[in-house]
Amino acid sequence: MNPSVSQASAESVVDRARPAALSTRRTREKATGATGFFGDHRRRSELVGQSLTWLCGGALAFNVLLVLGIMILLAWNGLGYFWQRDLVEIAMKDGTKVLGEVWEIEQVPAEPGQAADTAIDRVRVKTANRDIGGLDFAWIDESAIAGRRLPAQAVLLERQEWGNFHGFMTELREGGKVVARGPEPVWERFEILHERAMERRERVEELEKGAIGDVNYEIEQLRLDRRKLEIQELPAAELQRRAAEIDRRLEERQAEYQQLADRLFKMREEMLADTLVMQTVAGETQEMPVGNVVRAVRPNDMGWLDKAGLYFSRGWEFIAADPRESNTEGGIFPAIFGTVMMVFIMSFAVAPLGVLAALYLREYAKQGLVVRLVRIAVNNLAGVPSIVFGVFGLGFFVYLIGGSLDQLLYPEALPTPTFGTGGILWASLTLALLTVPVVIVAAEEGLAAVPRIVREGSLALGATKFETIRRVVIPAAAPGILTGMILAMARAAGEVAPLMIVGMVKLAPTLPIDARPPFVHLERKFMHLGFHIFDVGFQSPNIEATTPLVFATALLLIVVVTVMNLVAISLRNHLRRKYAGSAI
Amino acid sequence: MLDIQTAPTHPQTSPPRDPALDPGIANPVLSIESLSLWYGEKQALKDISLKVPEKQITAFIGPSGCGKSTLLRCINRLNDLIDGVRTEGDIRFNERSIFDPRLEINALRKRIGMVFQKSNPFPKSIYENVAYGPRIQGVKKKADLDVIVEKSLRGAALWDEVKDRLEDSALGMSGGQQQRLCIARAIAVEPEVILLDEPCSALDPIATARIEELMQDLKSQYTQVIVTHNMQQASRVSDYTAFLYLGELIEYASTEKIFINPSKKQTEDYITGRFG
Repeated sequence: MNPSVSQASAESVVDRARPAALSTRRTREKATGATGFFGDHRRRSELVGQSLTWLCGGALAFNVLLVLGIMILLAWNGLGYFWQRDLVEIAMKDGTKVLGEVWEIEQVPAEPGQAADTAIDRVRVKTANRDIGGLDFAWIDESAIAGRRLPAQAVLLERQEWGNFHGFMTELREGGKVVARGPEPVWERFEILHERAMERRERVEELEKGAIGDVNYEIEQLRLDRRKLEIQELPAAELQRRAAEIDRRLEERQAEYQQLADRLFKMREEMLADTLVMQTVAGETQEMPVGNVVRAVRPNDMGWLDKAGLYFSRGWEFIAADPRESNTEGGIFPAIFGTVMMVFIMSFAVAPLGVLAALYLREYAKQGLVVRLVRIAVNNLAGVPSIVFGVFGLGFFVYLIGGSLDQLLYPEALPTPTFGTGGILWASLTLALLTVPVVIVAAEEGLAAVPRIVREGSLALGATKFETIRRVVIPAAAPGILTGMILAMARAAGEVAPLMIVGMVKLAPTLPIDARPPFVHLERKFMHLGFHIFDVGFQSPNIEATTPLVFATALLLIVVVTVMNLVAISLRNHLRRKYAGSAI
Repeated sequence: MLDIQTAPTHPQTSPPRDPALDPGIANPVLSIESLSLWYGEKQALKDISLKVPEKQITAFIGPSGCGKSTLLRCINRLNDLIDGVRTEGDIRFNERSIFDPRLEINALRKRIGMVFQKSNPFPKSIYENVAYGPRIQGVKKKADLDVIVEKSLRGAALWDEVKDRLEDSALGMSGGQQQRLCIARAIAVEPEVILLDEPCSALDPIATARIEELMQDLKSQYTQVIVTHNMQQASRVSDYTAFLYLGELIEYASTEKIFINPSKKQTEDYITGRFG
């Protein structure tokens, strides 16, 4: 080998790694006059190499910036929502007043089509009081504003219905009797009554979900038993005897239900007995039950610490509570629960399916044309649009398998479908099909990375091929398989389109897991964070108010996916540590 | 998968044996009879016949690619795993053909252990590595396994070094320790024969010396066959030495004779370092 060429290539490698060395070397070259054919060539390739390095680095930096930008955008828009802003009383030049939170100040041309230098400021104010004005927001031109002030007694109410209320407290009535009048006395007394009303609400909900739910469930079961009896072919006497027995129990339960319903009605009345009279800044009064108020705060009278406390309380409510008002308020717990549970069921389905398929492809099948074709097909499967899988899931899982299951196991409930309609099980299996190629490819790579000599070591000890695969190959390939699972879970958690037709709903009344046997209800419909984002953002009756919720939900979806991935990654790292230095 | 074609028939008539190929072994554990092997079209072993004496160390030497590892891997039929391998001739283990279709290949491999060129501990703990073979054979009780593990590790002169970290990963050990672990793993299933395929090629001189010492210790219990390209090693450890060249057995005799007074010119050239 020509020594000068080898030296040149060695030097250019060094220089590419350290572009800073370039200029010094070039001066040295000039001094020694070593600019021949090789010198020119070298210099050009150095320049190309250097700019390539910058290009690659730039691409990476751009990607990192994009990801960071997304996270910051979501966090800024989403997390800010829970922070309580001041309630500003805005006096207009025409004498009217508005009380609300300032959300945004925007520059708009004074009149459409005019130049930008005539722009005026326009303020977007959340005025709330939807039950009075019909709208939550108002746009006010800066020029129309006469003055602003922050009244300390201004109250913001979060309500079960009709959204927020901004105004001043005027009267508090206990069972129709006025017990306090004027902002300060009402504010003090309100807290006591509100606490009592909250306890009552809790009891009402307990009764609804507990005892009444149980009785309803039993009544439904008895109704189904009755139907089942009618389907069965029994001797008339026997049929009558059993039917009479069921009818007797049904009557008992119905009586019990009636009792409970009466009690519930009374409790509800009690809960709503105390009322609060509020006055808007415009002077209108509105009476509302104390029991319908979720939270009452005086934003202008709150310190920094109080606001922080409120912030976390609202954040927690968002994560842990059920949605209210067609998903525009309250929390998104059912959506988080549905997403996580669906991904779990999907993982349990996809792991054995993918790993077994990969085992066959890599370990047992004779490597040839057929296996190559299968491998190409598997890879292509990963590129099929997800909605196609949704349609397949609907046709195969829901109608064919679910329909047959209903015929076999739940004939008494027909024509109401049990498994013959979308549900969390079918959605999970559909996603399992969608993600199985990812697992197969990763598992195959993991298996291929187990060295031949390790397998031979096992065989040389008298182990069969199956024993070798089970005890040596799979444990060694486990980290690679888990990598595939991580990718599959991430993909499944973010998938929305196919789920819309196999069981995901806008609002599910019950979680797929509850205290009623058989505890896990795989046939139930479920909520999903991805769909929730779409629903809240674009299908909601009050889009302006819920836009921040879209960002918050999106952020939460990312957090959920990240947490699930971190769990899987730590499991993989644990395995890797256990087999430190193993092939993968 | 097992597309090995066996010819368990004896060669028609044994041609008169060259004395250079017959050191006169009376009680062979293994006898290789006219074994030829092809990888596809390429013949890797050409009509090899030799007998491996019981509880002695037999060395296969020869330059790279001469077929010594292939020959070794025939003995526990590990070549079955390679596509397109075809053999002719026979290997008799305790008088029984190892190509007999009734013979269970796993039972054969249990009785003929193997240590590989590159140490290949399983990605498991030290304990599990040694207990692997016995577990496969159906030993389930922890107490029994403990006894076997300790005995095997002591047998491989590894016990004192690892007794306090049996649950650590085997992959964290040094190269020499890993190789001795592989020996411990092999003797845990109590084989009759141990095949060693260049066991020291990746080890430093100290670790090599320990393995060689260990081989001497194991001699009282096991028949050993070692493949090595290190002639000093063959002369140090073995009792009999076979010299292979280009797939042919050139000379097979007691180690002493081969190294002091070889009867073939090729053998002499090789051991004096003139080629290879």
